[in-house]
Amino acid sequence: MDGTSKSAGPLSGVVFALGEKAIFKAGDRVRVSTRSPIGHYRVPTYLRGKIGSVEKAIEPAGIDNEEEGYGRNAGSKRHYYRVAFRMSEIWPDYAGSERDGLHIEVFETWLERAER
Amino acid sequence: MTHQHEGDDHDHDHAHPHAEIGEGRPGYYDIMETAVRELLIEKKLIGADEIRRQIEVLDSRSPALGAKVVARAWTDPAFRARLLANGRAACEELGISFYDDTQLIVIENTDKVHNLIVCTLCSCYPRPVLGLPPDWYKAKPYRARAVVEPRAVLAEFGTIIPDDVEVRVHDSTAMVRYLVLPRRPAGTEHFSEEELAALVTRDTMIGVVPATVDITGAAP
Repeated sequence: MDGTSKSAGPLSGVVFALGEKAIFKAGDRVRVSTRSPIGHYRVPTYLRGKIGSVEKAIEPAGIDNEEEGYGRNAGSKRHYYRVAFRMSEIWPDYAGSERDGLHIEVFETWLERAER
Repeated sequence: MTHQHEGDDHDHDHAHPHAEIGEGRPGYYDIMETAVRELLIEKKLIGADEIRRQIEVLDSRSPALGAKVVARAWTDPAFRARLLANGRAACEELGISFYDDTQLIVIENTDKVHNLIVCTLCSCYPRPVLGLPPDWYKAKPYRARAVVEPRAVLAEFGTIIPDDVEVRVHDSTAMVRYLVLPRRPAGTEHFSEEELAALVTRDTMIGVVPATVDITGAAP
């Protein structure tokens, strides 16, 4: 950690598998997908299409419960994130303080990069 | 038995008052639960012993465990830092296992932020640390309103949050569970860890009330 060792940093030339690395990082703006698939999923309807900020990727990655719900566990680990939303983004006529917010975990498969 | 989703919690003896248990005809879901359980046992997918053991696991978890975690965090700054960095690992230090393989995020109330926990989908709850959730936590009015009008919900618990304090609602919908680290009440500097733990009620760790020295009115 003191930088004196040449082996301290990651080695170059290592290629990571698809999905191995988290796509989003803290501070990224993300929009929750507006899909309504048939099946088992846990993204609340009230957040579809809403824009929030990634707080962090949660480690370790978790088994995608949309797959697990049908008994398919192997190889279906997905990154998921703590995402923060302003209450006023979710509820346009929210009555409380403008500071108030909602924090939730969302799997990567439900997040799209947002501009604003 | 890997998932705690989270239906009938009434297979055990406990002290709080109940609406008619063991009276009248079993409901639709009671019958379905019995049928599925009997089928799983008949097919030898699970055994009656495993069910009984899991009930013992659940019964061994209660807010008293969470209260000890909070009191330790109030008195040991290094532990507090570890708890906020990785709630599960810090609880495991104290011997609390996470039998359901959930992660635990501990969120700290401060003079600037008040945290509130809900599960809008069902009743996800930090059971390894707190045991079974209260009935109101699983009821639809709390689950729906906590994310829409948290300040009104808090006010109904007698908790008035000033406008300059941020209310953060945590909707637990996947593998992560949340535990609120309440603020240590003023005037408790001389309290022992044990005395502090006695101030920490279940509801303070859900975030609906603050921890207070006079807890007589704080928890039902």
